[in-house]
Amino acid sequence: MKLRRLKAIAVKEVLQIWRDPRSLMIALLLPFTQMFMFGYGVNLDLKHIPVCTFDREGSQASQDLLKRFQASLYFTIAENVTTYPQLVAAINRADCRLGIIVPPDFSERLNDTGTAPVQAIVDGTDDNTANIAFGYAAAVVSSYSNAVQMAQLDRQGRTFQVVQPLQVQSRVWFNEDLESRNFIIPGLVAVIMALVGAQLTSLTISREWERGTMELLVSTPVTAGEVMFGKLIPYLLLGWLDAAFCLIIAALWFAVPFRGTLGALFLTTTLFLAVVLSIGYLLSVLIRSQIGASQIALVVTLLPAMLLSGYVFPIDQMPTFIQKLTYLMYARYYVTIIKAIFLKGSGIAELWAPMLFLVVYALAVVLLAARAFRKRLA
Amino acid sequence: MTDAVNGNGEAGAQIVVEHLVKRFGDFVAVDDVSFRVGHGEIMGFLGPNGAGKSTIIRILCGLLRPSAGRVFVAGIDVVRDPERVREHIGYMSQKFSLYRDLTVEENLRFFGGIYRVPRDELAERMRFAIDMAGLGGREKALVATLAGGWQQRLALGCAVLHRPPILFLDEPTSGVEPTSRRRFWDLIHTLAADGVTVLVSTHYMDEAEYCHRAALINQGRIIALGSPDELKRTALGGELLLLECEVLGPMLAALQQAPGVVDASVFGNAIHVLVRDAGHSLVELPAYFEQKSLRPSRLERIHPSLEDVFVRLIAADMARGRQAA
Repeated sequence: MKLRRLKAIAVKEVLQIWRDPRSLMIALLLPFTQMFMFGYGVNLDLKHIPVCTFDREGSQASQDLLKRFQASLYFTIAENVTTYPQLVAAINRADCRLGIIVPPDFSERLNDTGTAPVQAIVDGTDDNTANIAFGYAAAVVSSYSNAVQMAQLDRQGRTFQVVQPLQVQSRVWFNEDLESRNFIIPGLVAVIMALVGAQLTSLTISREWERGTMELLVSTPVTAGEVMFGKLIPYLLLGWLDAAFCLIIAALWFAVPFRGTLGALFLTTTLFLAVVLSIGYLLSVLIRSQIGASQIALVVTLLPAMLLSGYVFPIDQMPTFIQKLTYLMYARYYVTIIKAIFLKGSGIAELWAPMLFLVVYALAVVLLAARAFRKRLA
Repeated sequence: MTDAVNGNGEAGAQIVVEHLVKRFGDFVAVDDVSFRVGHGEIMGFLGPNGAGKSTIIRILCGLLRPSAGRVFVAGIDVVRDPERVREHIGYMSQKFSLYRDLTVEENLRFFGGIYRVPRDELAERMRFAIDMAGLGGREKALVATLAGGWQQRLALGCAVLHRPPILFLDEPTSGVEPTSRRRFWDLIHTLAADGVTVLVSTHYMDEAEYCHRAALINQGRIIALGSPDELKRTALGGELLLLECEVLGPMLAALQQAPGVVDASVFGNAIHVLVRDAGHSLVELPAYFEQKSLRPSRLERIHPSLEDVFVRLIAADMARGRQAA
């Protein structure tokens, strides 16, 4: 490996990237747009679920209950209707996800028997949303019913404390507000780096084949290793730059708490970049067309990184076979690492296992790529 | 072309090819080719497209592996040690293969780095290459914006930047206008005069005149090899007469049976007649025409051009190929 040749290749590559609008777009524009698109677009929190109310009684008690829905962060009263068909129509139009019907004898039954049924109609087309909405609704109603009970006891002059023998007090660690954004965004950085990294390098060798420059390059004394590392160095620099963009956007714009150290972040990100850049390079060596290589790179990086990395879809809820498959996914390790660094403040000492996987992965792909490039035409 | 060097000398041979064969599947692209090129010699490869010229050159550069045979360049076994050969050669491929999105200067600097041209010499060598290619003032121009002839000369400049003793030029003048071609050959001669061994392929038959020796290649085989003069003297296997007459058809038919005539073919609006002995035929033929009541307006001996030689040899080779098949 001669430094002079390495430098010649790297400088040439930088000039070519600089003059190739397509590479520049992938390198500079894609991370930004992806960060904002997915950062805002993917949100698993259900807030302000639109609710349609049908208050058949219109009493103080029924309005008290409905006010609790309005006050809740999870619901917004979108519509108040006065007939049943209107409520059905609101749900059919998907203006509302949840309909709350207060019966005409609500306060009467509440006073007489201490209990009163409230009907909730949930739009079940999205069963996940429906379940969550129903759970939230049940919680609102139950907190109201607790309040009513206390008030009744009060009125009856029984002032003794209602003691609940056991109570679960849960406390969430690392993502105290259970903001889905806080765990999605660090994973998103991994997805974007995988996409951008492999896309960029997938063009680098295939471009030389397509333009006929490879024939001359092969006839020179340059070695396969010099070509590979000379070409990867500029993309690693670009990868660092992109990673810095994404991480800054994550920490400053989306306000994801960053509790780890920059050193750990830098080291693990470099490992991950080594893997994805080499994958793109390997594809570029194997597939001698820019379009072909970049398409395959898209399929082998983006899809698994989105679906099998645990970035959004929890791995422990996947079928066993798929779970085993995710161990082959390099993105899985980086997603684990980057979430831990961001949210838990984990350091290298805690992250040695996924890091080791990345190291092994990086070595394997780099080795494969180095072996795949033959200085011959056929 | 008086500085022709004898390429058969053992000591001076920079390129030695022995019984070279290259197959692509069932197709035999190079069929038992042997030749030598001496130090400072310009060897031309001529022949139609697909004859195997580029394949031989690529094998010599170590880009393709031969199926059989031995190949030495600068005394190095190319099959065994292709990497070591590369320090000693410059290569210009048939398809333009510099970086079009880099400037003239950036391309030169790139190859200077790849060949590790000493830093203190690089500026001077780049200057030389730019002057040679006539690209002064265009150092900062993107290669894509240069005309074909300039691109080719720059490619030659890049190929000689590291002063290789051996140059492989694969159809360097194809698609280049005649004046640029002429200029390109002048450059090749300057390099050869400095002791560079040049193997150059072309499909322009007239360019063989510029070579010290030329090999005519057809269907993967060398069918003639020699200096342009040798080829013109001996390769035809006879001497050439020029014949002009009113109606070509009956004359051509009559010539096929005429005594002493090997072959006759239409050449423009005249007939070139290949005869075993020009002196005899110039006496015999007029009598024969008298018998057949044919009256040629002109009959005289001419010196064959290389094109005569090549057209005749390739036609004969094709005919042999058909007979064999």
